[in-house]
Amino acid sequence: MSRSNARTGKTLTLWLSLVLVGAITLAGVVSFVWTPFALSDMAGGRLEAPNATHWAGTDRLGRDVFTQLMIGARIALIVGAGAVAIGAVIGVITGILAAFATRFLDDALAAFFDILIAFPTLLVAMLVVAAREESSLSTAILALGIGLSPIVGRITRILTKQVLSQDYITAARVCGTSWPVIVIWHILPNIAPFLAVNLALQFGLAVMAEASLSYLGLGAPPPNASWGRMLQEAQGTVYSAPWGAIFPGLALFALVIGINLLADGLRDRFDPSRRSA
Amino acid sequence: MMADLLTVDALTLATAETVLVEDLSFSIGRGERFGLIGESGSGKSLTSLAVLGLLPPAIRATGQVTLDGQAIVGAPERKLRGLRGSVVASVFQEPLTALDPLMPLGRQIALPVRRRLRREGRDSTRTAVRREVHALMDQVRLPDPQRLYDAYPHEVSGGQRQRVAIAMALACQPRLLIADEPTTALDVTTQVEIIRLINTLVEELDIALLFISHDLAVVGQMAERVMVMRNGRAVETGAMQQVLTRPRDAYTRALVTAARRFDHALEGQP
Repeated sequence: MSRSNARTGKTLTLWLSLVLVGAITLAGVVSFVWTPFALSDMAGGRLEAPNATHWAGTDRLGRDVFTQLMIGARIALIVGAGAVAIGAVIGVITGILAAFATRFLDDALAAFFDILIAFPTLLVAMLVVAAREESSLSTAILALGIGLSPIVGRITRILTKQVLSQDYITAARVCGTSWPVIVIWHILPNIAPFLAVNLALQFGLAVMAEASLSYLGLGAPPPNASWGRMLQEAQGTVYSAPWGAIFPGLALFALVIGINLLADGLRDRFDPSRRSA
Repeated sequence: MMADLLTVDALTLATAETVLVEDLSFSIGRGERFGLIGESGSGKSLTSLAVLGLLPPAIRATGQVTLDGQAIVGAPERKLRGLRGSVVASVFQEPLTALDPLMPLGRQIALPVRRRLRREGRDSTRTAVRREVHALMDQVRLPDPQRLYDAYPHEVSGGQRQRVAIAMALACQPRLLIADEPTTALDVTTQVEIIRLINTLVEELDIALLFISHDLAVVGQMAERVMVMRNGRAVETGAMQQVLTRPRDAYTRALVTAARRFDHALEGQP
């Protein structure tokens, strides 16, 4: 009885997460072809409260907040997906190399991951932005991708070592299978479910980090809209026009919690060790 | 007379602190069935890993292991891999963990099959490989190969998993099959079937067999010659019949007596 309740609860959470992530993704995709107003259209009055024309109000310059939210969703998703992709490629390759490396090199790489993780992702990302001497969309993606890679690298290394100790790897080696073939056919498929859940969580982190970078003025520059910069711009008027800060904050919250719940739901679905017999 | 397929000469395996296998010597002729018996921790599985060149890095081997004329101890990984794929293959104790949980059974047999077909310069297209896999599945008496080809390890029984593992080993067409406690994880009726299957296959295909077990009764059905190991040393080597009827070593005698008593108890005799 309680088990079926738990299962219903899990299904509900999964649906809720799908709705949250789906709605924001839809807004981001639609923003390519349609937004209520043009991004730089200062048609509205200044700091209008939410109304029938401006669904989320207007900012100091009279621009439509809902339009900015939609374009911000697009930016958040692009930066999140791009950063996770870069972090995954770098992290998975170095993680697998570490798992295969000699004792000394493995220890060195593991220590390197730990040191990089001890650096706040945001700080690493700021260093990359500084090194490229410009803040652009691609810099933000690259910066966050590099910042995330040691986290992915560390978990890949551990997962790979776990798989390497399994009998079926020995069995494959006994058949004369070479290491590259073992990596592609046995290791990657077996670490993928665990890695996928972790990458989903990293996606949430990347979205938060992107907002932080933009808040600091190091994210995608205008004319891109970003939830982080919207928060920053609304800071001065937060008492007179709170909606300017509330809506981007809510959007950020909804996306990150949606992604985290989705990762949880996916783990329950796909993690073979949690699958009920 | 041709040289033996496998010769182990004065093999010693040790970590930095302890000696695990000491001064072990035995040989297996082509097509011969050799049993290795001993309690757990006696070093029999380590010996089989040494023959495969798969010792963990922390364990150092001295002495000679010669497989099909090639030295194993100290050989580079590339050469060992060639031998593993073609001369020697192995079946393990626990068939569930010896199969990749996320790969369909047929694909797992197909990987070594494709490698062998390529090596032999034969047709290695998808259909050719699939035909060969089906033939192997028939050979190990797996029912309904069509369905099992796409099944995952957790979807079939323990006995069927072990048959798949045996098919994988045979896919390399080895001249020596190492079976490391292949029936220990199975229930008794399945044990009998697997033993019968290995016996038939080894005979049909004229493969030499290194059969490792702690169970004297099982080894008795499999091997022509047997070596008894205890604490990393060989205590007795000889023809199966002779070891069973006239054991020279006290430990072997104890093993035989224990097995006899167990048999009698099963048959309800005093």
